[in-house]
Amino acid sequence: MNKWENNKAWFLVLPVFVIVAFSAIIPLMTVVNYSVQDIFGPGQRFFVGVEWFREVLLDERLHDALFKQLSFSTLVLLIEMPLGIGIGLMMPKKGWTSSACLVILALPLLIPWNVIGTIWIIFTRPDIGLFGAFINATGIPFDHTASGVDAWITLMLMEVWHWTPLVALLAYAGLRAIPEAFYQAAKIDGASSWAIFKYIQLPKLRGVMTIALLLRFMDSFLIYAEPFVLTGGGPGNSTTFLSIYLVKIAVGQFDLGPAAAFSLIYFLIVLLFCWLFYNALQAAGTGDKS
Amino acid sequence: MARIDLNEIKHSYRPNPTSEDDFALKRIHTVWEDGGAYALLGPSGCGKTTMLNIISGLLKPSHGSIHYDGVDVSDMQPEERNIAQVFQFPVLYDTMTVYDNLAFPLRNRGVNKTDVDNRVREIADALDLTDDLGKRAANLSADAKQKISLGRGLVRSDVAAILFDEPLTVIDPHLKWELRRKLKEIHKEFKITMIYVTHDQVEAMTFADKIVVMYEGEIVQMGTPEELFEEPEHTFVGYFIGSPGMNFFECTVDGSSAKIGDAIVPLDQATADKAKAAGGSLKLGIRPMYVGVHEENVENGVPAEVSSVEDQGYCKIITCKFNGSEIKARIKDNRKIPTGTCWLTFPKDKTKLYSNERLVRTGGDNE
Repeated sequence: MNKWENNKAWFLVLPVFVIVAFSAIIPLMTVVNYSVQDIFGPGQRFFVGVEWFREVLLDERLHDALFKQLSFSTLVLLIEMPLGIGIGLMMPKKGWTSSACLVILALPLLIPWNVIGTIWIIFTRPDIGLFGAFINATGIPFDHTASGVDAWITLMLMEVWHWTPLVALLAYAGLRAIPEAFYQAAKIDGASSWAIFKYIQLPKLRGVMTIALLLRFMDSFLIYAEPFVLTGGGPGNSTTFLSIYLVKIAVGQFDLGPAAAFSLIYFLIVLLFCWLFYNALQAAGTGDKS
Repeated sequence: MARIDLNEIKHSYRPNPTSEDDFALKRIHTVWEDGGAYALLGPSGCGKTTMLNIISGLLKPSHGSIHYDGVDVSDMQPEERNIAQVFQFPVLYDTMTVYDNLAFPLRNRGVNKTDVDNRVREIADALDLTDDLGKRAANLSADAKQKISLGRGLVRSDVAAILFDEPLTVIDPHLKWELRRKLKEIHKEFKITMIYVTHDQVEAMTFADKIVVMYEGEIVQMGTPEELFEEPEHTFVGYFIGSPGMNFFECTVDGSSAKIGDAIVPLDQATADKAKAAGGSLKLGIRPMYVGVHEENVENGVPAEVSSVEDQGYCKIITCKFNGSEIKARIKDNRKIPTGTCWLTFPKDKTKLYSNERLVRTGGDNE
């Protein structure tokens, strides 16, 4: 068949193309537009090339924010993943207790980000907060508005409280998908519970845990609302993560050029991690580790 | 290696069973001799797997006790009972190599390294897995995986028994034959008690010395393949064993003959008397291969209409309309097939009577 005859099919793709153009391509191109120009006003714009990119890439504060961001994500994942798997393992397998656990676990996931921030501000306040006042009463000074470490601890508690349930739910679903015969065979083979965990449960969870890791990494890497509500990036710059810093440049200082360049770099970093995780996921799916 | 006694076993999956129907196993009281090769045969849902899991200890029966060589093991866990079980679908430890998979049951029991190595290599050799020993188990084909599962069952030499739960379901037909033969060889060599669950009669007959037929939570007959074929003790056995299954007709006994509708089938006097004494609802059963088919009326022949003929190569299966129901007869290929009306004869010694689905025995061993 002549392939030119089939060209009408392109019209069928057009609606999708239009939607994607408005939802992704045009906004992204606007950002690209800002990132290569210096704009003073509607009529005053100068092409600056990669100037903004160079400036942003050499910015010490951006390096600092990126480092903080990565540290935060890593620490949070190191806590959330094992904790989530642990909770998944401990959850009752059937009966009403199982349903009750699922509902309770899902609750934090339903609360909006900024509300979470507000809840935790109050919860950790040194004067009236249950947590903050209690810690201070034991003699350990705790104030997230004054100490960077305390602010970090608060944010991590918040993040772990908010998102461990997601990991736990995924782990629980993964565990339920393991056929009973595996446990029966392990019993017959005389395997200890540790061996069952190591040789059956953990390998079978690998796929679903890769998804959990991907989701949690992306989300914690893009964290904004919680530190913004808690201290607005402070005290000092202690919780100024990438997104906070970006908003400071774009909205606070109105430096649209550097902010646009920053956005694109941020976008590329996210894309890079997406690609890495996607490949890891594919490898896990086919069972080829090497 | 052990003799296994099941004592008045009953099992229900419901917490408070009230009627007979709540029981997955109704009353099992039987003995599995040491070193025997048994097949547990029955349709899906008849309680085969339940029984197997009770023997291995994965399931605790609601009533009754289990003895291995006279020792009560009812309250022991599977690992304490020292039993091996192979499941329907391959169960593998994905992250381990084939070698480690086979060695796993031994290592868990603290067997020393050289013994583990010898035993694993011996079993791998028997199952043709030697070349795959270093490979990761997860990347092998389905039948290689199942061979590993089998191997894990066989690897412990001191087990009380090996239980197989339809282990060859996922295997290609030609490999099935090979693996079954291998299992038989292993049985001959090591004389381990083997219980093999299946719903395939051919599989059961080729594997086992003795076949146990289960039906709706009960053992209806335990015997050699020949006994099951010639003397089915329950209508279900007659129907389930043999292809096509036994013909059954509701009948009444009058004098020394059975009446099926208008047709009169002569019986021997002893059978007729026993059947009358037994009472209940009576059925007459005969294997298709014993039904005599004649083109002309013969002595004691009953008329029937040929409705279809099925050519199976080495024989033909004739289906006839007979008194409102169907009867199947198997005849040798080289014989002429009657069309239209034909006459059937029922040889006395092959015609069985059933009272309430149970065989009316004519020999001296009737209780």
